[in-house]
Amino acid sequence: MVLEVLFTLLKVFVVGGAICTIAQLLINYTKITAGKILVIFLLAGVVLQSVGLYQYLVDFAGAGATVPICGFGYLLADGAIKGAKISLFKAVTGGISSAAMGITAAIVFGYIFALIFKSRSKRN
Amino acid sequence: MKTSNDCVNNNYLEYVKSISPKTKQKRSLLRAFWVGGVICLVGQGFRYLFEYGLGMSGDELSSYVSMVMIFLGSFLTGLGVYDRIGKYAGGGSIVPITGFANSVVSPSMEFKTEGYVYGTAAKMFVVAGPIIVFGIASSVLVGILYFIGFRIF
Repeated sequence: MVLEVLFTLLKVFVVGGAICTIAQLLINYTKITAGKILVIFLLAGVVLQSVGLYQYLVDFAGAGATVPICGFGYLLADGAIKGAKISLFKAVTGGISSAAMGITAAIVFGYIFALIFKSRSKRN
Repeated sequence: MKTSNDCVNNNYLEYVKSISPKTKQKRSLLRAFWVGGVICLVGQGFRYLFEYGLGMSGDELSSYVSMVMIFLGSFLTGLGVYDRIGKYAGGGSIVPITGFANSVVSPSMEFKTEGYVYGTAAKMFVVAGPIIVFGIASSVLVGILYFIGFRIF
């Protein structure tokens, strides 16, 4: 049981780390900015899940696959595909409704913390 | 955002590239790897906590995990800690969902002087906007294609 958990944690660490290393490779060897990298990884997650591949990575590595932004793309595509089985309405709204918590949290926490804290970038 | 600086800095960037050793790039990869891995481990920790501690499962579980990660990302950005992690880890701090939260809070705090509507609220979407646009647009496309596919086959 303990060994199993440790092995899972190792898989999470390696897969999550590997995805971030790919991003760092893009930063080092191309001139792609951080915002575009986020969009590329998000779309990669959507595409990989729409052909059914990202699910394997999620089953294999858990949070190692869902915490990176491509996991957000996976969630969107997964919701849309599950919705498409039910109706056209669910096919269109399925993506955003499965990602609703993430988007809501980013907006609500983002606004609250931006109000509370002051920018420190000028002090550094 | 960096348009005017780009041409001025090009010579300098090339100069830096010519003298900066390859080891530095390798080190940046290693840093991105371990910091990114650790952030995912934190996520997995919350997964275990919510799954075995609170009995959550499925969509609810993953939604609450990403909520907590986004909370941590925006809180650490507010404290100024996340920017320091970012300087150290580069891609390791950008790609996890905490980096998405960072990209929401950081410009929002920066432009607070422009007011609570056109500053704080509007600037939240400088980086997050494109992600939401491309994410929702592509998910609608996938949904419609699958809907047509399921009806035909």
